Amino acid sequence: MRAGAARRRVQTTVIVLAAMMAVTASVLGGGLLVVSSAPFDDAFAEQNGAHLTATVNAAPGAVAASANAAGVTATAGPFPLVTVVPEAGGERTMPFTFAGRDTPDAEVDAISVVDGEWADEPGEVTLAAGEGGTSVPPGATMSFPSLPGSPVLKVVGFARSVSLTADGWVTAAQAAALAPSGTPESHQMLYRFDSAGTAAAMETATAAVAASLPADSLAGSRSWLDVRNAAERATAVYVPFLMAFGVLGLVMSVLIVGNVVAGSVGSGTRRIGVLKAIGFTPGQVVRAYVGQALIPAVAGTVLGVIIGHVLAVPILAETSDAYGTGTLGIPPWIDIAVVGGILALVAVTALAAALRAGRLRTVDALAVGRTPPTGRGQAAARVTARLPLPRAVTLGLARPFARPVRTVAMLAAIVFGAIAVTFAVGLSTSLDAILTARDHDIADVLVRPAPPELGPNGMPDGPPPSLPDDTSAITAAIEAQPGAKAHYVVHNAPAAVAGTTGTTELVAFTGDASWGGYTLLNGDWIGGPGEAVVPTGFMKTTGTAIGDTVTLTVDGERISLRVVGEIFDLKNDGMKVYTDAAGLTAPMKNSLIAVDLEPGTDPAAYAEGLSRALEPLGANAEPFREGSSDMITVLNSLTAALTLLLVAVAGLGVLNGVLLDTRERVRDIGVQKALGMTPGQTIGGVLASVTLIGVIGGVLGVPAGMALHDAVVPAMGDSTGIRLPRVALEVFDTPTAFALGLGGLVIAVAGALLPGLWAARTRTAVALRTE
Amino acid sequence: MTSPVIELRDVGRAYDEGPPALSGASLTVRAGEAVAILGPSGSGKSTLLNLIAGLDRPDSGTVTVNGTRVDRLGEAGAARYRRASVGMVFQFFNLLEDLTVADNIVLPSQLAGMGRAAARRRTAELLETLGIDRHANAYPGRLSGGQRQRVAVARALMNRPPLLLADEPTGALDRASGEDVARLLRDLNADGQTVVVVTHDLELAKACTSRTVELVDGHIVTDTAVSR
Ligand SMILES: Nc1ncnc2c1ncn2[C@@H]1O[C@H](COP(=O)(O)OP(=O)(O)O)[C@@H](O)[C@H]1O
Ligand SMILES: [Mg+2]
Repeated sequence: MRAGAARRRVQTTVIVLAAMMAVTASVLGGGLLVVSSAPFDDAFAEQNGAHLTATVNAAPGAVAASANAAGVTATAGPFPLVTVVPEAGGERTMPFTFAGRDTPDAEVDAISVVDGEWADEPGEVTLAAGEGGTSVPPGATMSFPSLPGSPVLKVVGFARSVSLTADGWVTAAQAAALAPSGTPESHQMLYRFDSAGTAAAMETATAAVAASLPADSLAGSRSWLDVRNAAERATAVYVPFLMAFGVLGLVMSVLIVGNVVAGSVGSGTRRIGVLKAIGFTPGQVVRAYVGQALIPAVAGTVLGVIIGHVLAVPILAETSDAYGTGTLGIPPWIDIAVVGGILALVAVTALAAALRAGRLRTVDALAVGRTPPTGRGQAAARVTARLPLPRAVTLGLARPFARPVRTVAMLAAIVFGAIAVTFAVGLSTSLDAILTARDHDIADVLVRPAPPELGPNGMPDGPPPSLPDDTSAITAAIEAQPGAKAHYVVHNAPAAVAGTTGTTELVAFTGDASWGGYTLLNGDWIGGPGEAVVPTGFMKTTGTAIGDTVTLTVDGERISLRVVGEIFDLKNDGMKVYTDAAGLTAPMKNSLIAVDLEPGTDPAAYAEGLSRALEPLGANAEPFREGSSDMITVLNSLTAALTLLLVAVAGLGVLNGVLLDTRERVRDIGVQKALGMTPGQTIGGVLASVTLIGVIGGVLGVPAGMALHDAVVPAMGDSTGIRLPRVALEVFDTPTAFALGLGGLVIAVAGALLPGLWAARTRTAVALRTE
Repeated sequence: MTSPVIELRDVGRAYDEGPPALSGASLTVRAGEAVAILGPSGSGKSTLLNLIAGLDRPDSGTVTVNGTRVDRLGEAGAARYRRASVGMVFQFFNLLEDLTVADNIVLPSQLAGMGRAAARRRTAELLETLGIDRHANAYPGRLSGGQRQRVAVARALMNRPPLLLADEPTGALDRASGEDVARLLRDLNADGQTVVVVTHDLELAKACTSRTVELVDGHIVTDTAVSR
């Protein structure tokens, strides 16, 4: 009786754990899937984002009249709009577009102030926060000495407009005062439409607005669809990854929970016979057993929801930061769906198993506890007995054949566990490779311009710094410092490419840059003057193929280059052209010198020594530091958390199966111990009973995990419009695959260890009384 | 007189609930003896036998077998002790249903690491002595109760233990098979095997032993030599 209670306690614990892990994995996976697919939509809805942001060159009255255009449901504005260029150290810096709004609140585009306060006094400005924002520190001032009255604005806060309506906000009066005289009166008007879901709907609505405005006064407009596309490009990379993990987690949860519940009810079959023998109706039996499974499942589910939310906190915080949205949370419907789903699964499985047991004739049910031997089990025992291995081990090896259904369930758990581990290892290797390829600065030491001094107003004093036009003094210093092996100089210039808008960056190298970590996707590296390599983004945007010639205009000078290769580079949307500097006459800035060191040279010491030599030359050397990305941090921590969970769930599946097996054989184990089987031999036998499925699970799971990785990673790339380098795709070599294959065995042995210890510890005298 | 094989001194054993299953039990069994432990159901007979077999540990007192303090052995030590010194026969045979008769019999030697050839010879010998060689490759499920108990006895003797312990060996058998097993135990004892048989069947005790120890409520109440 006591043994029976202890056994039920273990079974209860297993159900609690299985339900808990299943819920944790599903809440985490499902929740993150939803959250990261819709951060923009949520924030946009919260702020009543502008479907259309229009710049109108007309008087306020005429602009306001457009609120009555067909399809318009709400408007904000007109707000005076002005584009100004602050000056620092006598040089003009980047242009800023300010909207004149006395308050952040509005029916459309209700802006959230994230830091400091709203600029509600003349002489104050609130800047846009986030990605597109600038590096202006709070409390700094922006001065416009060339505007009438030399106005100066004080930065009093930062605010976020999901619709990205302006770079900063000032009072309406201040905006009017900033407008250079003689420029046409310009206003911003924000609209929401009753139908804005598609590009076609937006076109219709925009046309209606344009028609309601004075002719030719609509100087510019931006659809919220474009803003959303840009925002979601970043989140899109998560989706295939989370889907893969989510599906894995769900399949495993269903498998393990169903298995555990069916097993626990099934192992109670003999008891069910007893209950019926003493007068329980089948209905009462079923109710009792469903209750026995559901109560621990509810407990596990509650724990799982809590753990899922706790684990999600740091990951969601990273996600919020990365996408500049407000604090994200797992939506309640995910909890409800997961909890409901898992509990329904438990109830249905328990019901099915209990009904089956309840339907058994009482006599048969009473006989079940004696576990009649199976022909398969006997044959397997005969075969394994011949193996030249210790008998305790060969007895264990025969076990999987005795209960094939249970064996398949355990095998499935291990296969999924192996898939999860393989996928996770592959993914983090890929992400690492992408990170390395993206930063492509794998030089040992980088020489950059010395950082600019900050002026009295907190703004950098002077134009963005660059290395001197003549770098020969610097390169001489590099060569003079012992340990340098090779170096190249990077020159940059903004270029225009016919047929494209925006700026393409021309990057030219003096010296051999082929060791610089640029990842070649197709074709060849630059072989000499006149040849160029370009990122995938450039090829897609301009329709260029390898072998084509591209023509760039730099400072009015035309440069023709033949594209010889495609490289991996995400910066500037891939709008870059890399070439050899030799023969280029256009003016370019020298931005960087990359230094490769002789093996054994300490980069930090080299950089320190070089920096001292470079100080009078206005340059600074630093050892290369691995970059890290928030997104990759998020993905890596997610991967780790989900993998651990799935491996634990797989181990639990094995534990459950072995537990049921050792429990059924408690008498046989007792007999073997009475015949002189030591605790060590008992554990050895139990572990041996799972080695075969561990090995097969690894052999099946690892290739499946590799295939999953090879399908998901390119999909992640595609969803962001990126072609990934081979190093990021082909991450599995034979030793890695072999090591991962052993993972199946590790899961199996880990899962079997506890039941093995229990079997070894069971008092023999007690076991033999089980009759 | 030969030296004692089993020596119990003042042995007590109580389970969590209820009165002690055994208390103040002292017993000496010498080599070559055949002892019957008699008593009603629940009187502590199996408890006593399990303590001798090292399957259980006493709460008080000492259990010494062939000079080994069995009550002090750890789990692994007890297993090795059983392998070498004890053969056990149970009421419900406790054969492993997945293994053939021959594989059941050879198991103790395999756990003890006996060489294959020696084990094969010993198995053949036992199959023959016990008259079950016809069934060597059968599974226990196919055999009658009496045949099964013969297999169990053969398995118990596999490692030539100095001590054969039997707990109600005829309890699950019909009369004829029971007598057959009793005869077998007597013959073994006649060949020098020390035997301890637990039973509540006086007839069996008389048929195969020379001494009866009677237990009532965990106390040894009589210890008499019987001539046969
Ligand atoms: N493992 C156990 N747990 C609790 N009580 C036990 C256990 N084994 C035996 N007992 C009790 O100890 C007493 C003696 O049992 P046992 O030695 O099996 O008697 P016998 O073999 O003479 O029938 C009985 O009351 C029995 O219920
Ligand atoms: Mg008994």
